[in-house]
Amino acid sequence: MKFTLLIQSAPIDSQSSATALRFARALLSKGHEIERLFFYRSGVQSANRLALAPQDETNLPADWQQLISEFELDAVVCIAAAIRRGVVNATETARYGVEGDNLLENAELSGLGQLVAACAASDRVVTFGGGA
Amino acid sequence: MNSFLIISRCAPYGSAAAREALELALACALFDREVAILLLDDAVYQLLPDHNPSAIGQKNLAAMQQSLPLYDVDKIFICQSSLETRGLVTEALALPVTPVDSQGLKALMRGYEAVINV
Repeated sequence: MKFTLLIQSAPIDSQSSATALRFARALLSKGHEIERLFFYRSGVQSANRLALAPQDETNLPADWQQLISEFELDAVVCIAAAIRRGVVNATETARYGVEGDNLLENAELSGLGQLVAACAASDRVVTFGGGA
Repeated sequence: MNSFLIISRCAPYGSAAAREALELALACALFDREVAILLLDDAVYQLLPDHNPSAIGQKNLAAMQQSLPLYDVDKIFICQSSLETRGLVTEALALPVTPVDSQGLKALMRGYEAVINV
């Protein structure tokens, strides 16, 4: 089956980003496909590569980056949600005249249309976080 | 999956949840997908008229809400018991809504391919 995962909570505030990551690995290990990972609302913080964790703790953005690279996944971060929360790539820092991009290298900033399109191409859409 | 039920459960202000639920509903409509909104719990407060959020430095949601019919988002469902427990009636709300009871909620969620809790 083809899945789209929608991640809506920040790694530090909720378990749900970590659960989404484990769910993604479980899907792939069972032979399912991931059409797209879509990071929305505070879930965009999962794509902040400047989030740093103490050495004995999990660094979730780094884990996402590894998963995305390992399986060459399509990872889209909602641009409107991200720029409000200071998750930006070099294009956006140039556009807004600020310094210091922090988006995961293998994630892309784009619009909610990418979520709609991914849902159209998927058999299942699974939401993590949300409701608060 | 081409039909969407967007569920919102939060009050209009206090977090970005209500705005970001509306943005998702509008995006679905913009891409010509069938979309409905379901307001549960404190989300019923989103449709009270005459918000004045500038007093707390927030942008009014009303402009976005009033744009929903322009994008053909005219299916707005509202949880009957959430309304009642807050002492509200549908006639007092800023947009036309369809109240649903708990049995109706189950049927509603079965009627859409993608149910997204924002």
